[in-house]
Amino acid sequence: MSRIGIDVGGTNTDAVLLEDGKVLAAVKSPTTADVADGVRQALADLLAAAAGLPAAERIEAVMIGTTHFTNAVIERRHLDRVAALRVGLPANAGLPPFIGWPKDLAGVMRGSTHMLRGGHEYDGRILVPLDRAAVRSEAHRIADSGITAMAITSVFSPLTDECEREAAEVVREVMPDVRITLSHEIGRIGMLERENAALLNAGLQGLAQRTTAAFRRALRDSGIAAPLYLTQNDGTIVQGAVAERHPVYCFASGPTNSMRGAAFLSGLSDALVVDVGGTTSDVGCLKGGFPRQANATVEIGGVRTLFRMPDLISIGLGGGTEVGEGGRRIGPGSVGFRLPEKALCFGGDTLTATDIAVAAGRLALGDPRRVRALPAALVRDSLARMERMVAEVVDRMKTDAAPMPLIAVGGGSFLVPDHMEGISEVVRIEHHAVANAVGAAIAQVSGEVDRIFSGVERETALDRASREATRRAIEAGAEASSVQTLDVEDIPIAYLPGNARRIRVRVIGEIRRLTTQSSSGRPCSPGPR
Amino acid sequence: MSRLIDADELDLLSIGAWILGTGGGGSPYASHLVARQFYEDGGRIALLDPDELADDDLVAVVSTMGAPLVFQERMTDAAFALKPVRMMEAYLGRRFRAVMTVEIGGCNAFQPLLVAAASGLPVVDADAMGRAYPEAQMQTFSIAGLQMVPHVVSDIRDNDVIIPSASGWREMERVRRKLCTEYGSVATTCQAPRTGAEVKRHAVLRSLSQAIALGREVRRARTAHEDPVLATVAAAHGKRLFTGKVMDVQRRTTEGFLRGSLSLSGLDADAGARFEIKFQNEFTIGHRDGAVIVTTPDLICVLDSISGEAIGTESLRYGQRVTVIALPSQPIHRTEEGLRHVGPRAFGHDIDFRSVFEEHPA
Repeated sequence: MSRIGIDVGGTNTDAVLLEDGKVLAAVKSPTTADVADGVRQALADLLAAAAGLPAAERIEAVMIGTTHFTNAVIERRHLDRVAALRVGLPANAGLPPFIGWPKDLAGVMRGSTHMLRGGHEYDGRILVPLDRAAVRSEAHRIADSGITAMAITSVFSPLTDECEREAAEVVREVMPDVRITLSHEIGRIGMLERENAALLNAGLQGLAQRTTAAFRRALRDSGIAAPLYLTQNDGTIVQGAVAERHPVYCFASGPTNSMRGAAFLSGLSDALVVDVGGTTSDVGCLKGGFPRQANATVEIGGVRTLFRMPDLISIGLGGGTEVGEGGRRIGPGSVGFRLPEKALCFGGDTLTATDIAVAAGRLALGDPRRVRALPAALVRDSLARMERMVAEVVDRMKTDAAPMPLIAVGGGSFLVPDHMEGISEVVRIEHHAVANAVGAAIAQVSGEVDRIFSGVERETALDRASREATRRAIEAGAEASSVQTLDVEDIPIAYLPGNARRIRVRVIGEIRRLTTQSSSGRPCSPGPR
Repeated sequence: MSRLIDADELDLLSIGAWILGTGGGGSPYASHLVARQFYEDGGRIALLDPDELADDDLVAVVSTMGAPLVFQERMTDAAFALKPVRMMEAYLGRRFRAVMTVEIGGCNAFQPLLVAAASGLPVVDADAMGRAYPEAQMQTFSIAGLQMVPHVVSDIRDNDVIIPSASGWREMERVRRKLCTEYGSVATTCQAPRTGAEVKRHAVLRSLSQAIALGREVRRARTAHEDPVLATVAAAHGKRLFTGKVMDVQRRTTEGFLRGSLSLSGLDADAGARFEIKFQNEFTIGHRDGAVIVTTPDLICVLDSISGEAIGTESLRYGQRVTVIALPSQPIHRTEEGLRHVGPRAFGHDIDFRSVFEEHPA
């Protein structure tokens, strides 16, 4: 079984061909303004590199990780206006949709807001009945305004999605073609954060459809018939059709892919990972082969969400980092992707971290003669300073006193010292510069449940949650026999009777092998409904 | 003197109140957003020094009660906060002069601000706990032996109840807890009205200002890239007790509370040591290597070691790097009567209270 993994980063588009756990070919090409062009080029380079390999004929899946959707939010570009329909009055009247958003982003995305009666209690009881007539009249107003994207959020919908579904049905009677995001499909308990995620999702769906269509065209143009998957921020993938509906799950998949790729290439499942790129270094922690997730709320472009994100610490240190003041100032500026024209060792005029490494003999790149004139003390001191920066950020991420291995990946990983306190071994691996594309290629599918259970024993509740999560993973394309539990968390709820507890279960599994392409062109069910 | 709270102080109050929540009290995030929105729309809220109250002024004492997890879906807002206050006024046939919170710790720090936003009433710079505690009888007005009724418990759907009489604070607490559960585990309250004289004599005075000052210090330290945990300790005259990583969190629901324990393994100066904290919604008692070293009413706070952000008992997670600090309790909580209400025995720990702030423990 062979797979292609592609990482579309801000600077480079990396691609790898993987068969039976081995990297057969790896290429890097510049990311282009139209991301599909870069993908097309990467595929052409990759297939050329793999020419003659039987693996190239047996490609079963193409996995793409992209920062495109995150960047759209951060840059406030390519976003659609969204109508926010909230079900839950009389509760939460004082906190309308888009509250707490940065003004510029709200200015771009806020189409209209609508708050209606309805919603549920923590135990599934009805808060107040859904006001269907109001849904209908608001839908007419939205239709008249010309808005085509909509997010529906109901109180306690992660427990019971009835109100969101019913409201969507009524809306579709009025606006059959509107794109609707239901909050329970993409968020958990935490109404405002879930609504924020649903609004972002609704505003990104248009871009996501155009992007996946372009990716599919790039695959077709390259003669690849395998299905397209997109990677998500938890190290798992979804089919292109699901990603189109839930683009927010693709946020921040780059660092996750890089960490997963590092785990795969090194064979380590519990380790720290430092990914040194051109501009920044990201440090994360692998547990069981997956990135440890952040506990806190995550802000995307200034909007508060509860996404599953890897716990990362970033510092401004990379191969392109500018070194100034005779080696005393490291960064924060970086020449980034202009390294080949700006760095001294390439004949440029800027002293960079790369030049220091070349001068120190740690790296062979460009023309070493061009950095020979650098004073030895400057080289020694600035290198020591950069190594200290890496050591400090690695130590901050460490949550165990026992020494742990550190996997160093990325184009700038020559800045990582070989010995650090608290680090048992610095692991360097082949193909480290394309670890992110490898991570995309090995991504798995997941299923998650996050819900309050009441009136049943803990064991029964955990069992039900696991089975529901497994069902979702299989729906999302997992091979049933490979599904295993990744994460279980349960919190009894203060004051609530009936042994009530919130349970979150996440399972993962290998992608189901595709024996035949179904005639509909959609070999698996499109995911959780 | 009465003055307007400025917009920046809302952010600072949010930081300070969450620290004073001692793990409980619910995140102030949503209430803070409501107040901030009110300010962005041009509204302003007046803060009244307790000394400005006339002895016979009537003060509304308000709160949101329930399960913090439910607060994440059903948030308090200004109209819901005001509702029980208006019901109390109708019941009494009198208007309130001002409004104050039951507890400064957690989301309730903002509850009187929400009432103020909806009514124009000034907020008294005081509370009745100086922190967060889980039950009604743990407030200073109860310790002082004041009347516990009438007490209004409001539901968002108007199934409101006025408790006109009760045989005691604990009994009233049990009754209103059942109401709250029926309402979906979130209710707003207007508790027994207090006179200006009672507030000045028995409340924890100027606690909003202190919470704001605490928040200001934490933010200053963060901006200056200083250690915000040490800044908190210095600003609140507290003590750093332990720095470590969360190794285990056990939680269970018994008798309607979130009870459990937190186990830490030491880092830096505390490497090799263990620290365990028990909680009932709020943190109640801390052991270092098996020996009790801190108990309620000393405030036990768990902060993120890097950001200085407070961490609630419902959001503790394996692997977090945290620092445990203690802040001094209110003098009334250290009296014999105070300890009967909020000392270790009130939380089921059969030991005597000994403050970490005593210079030479007996």
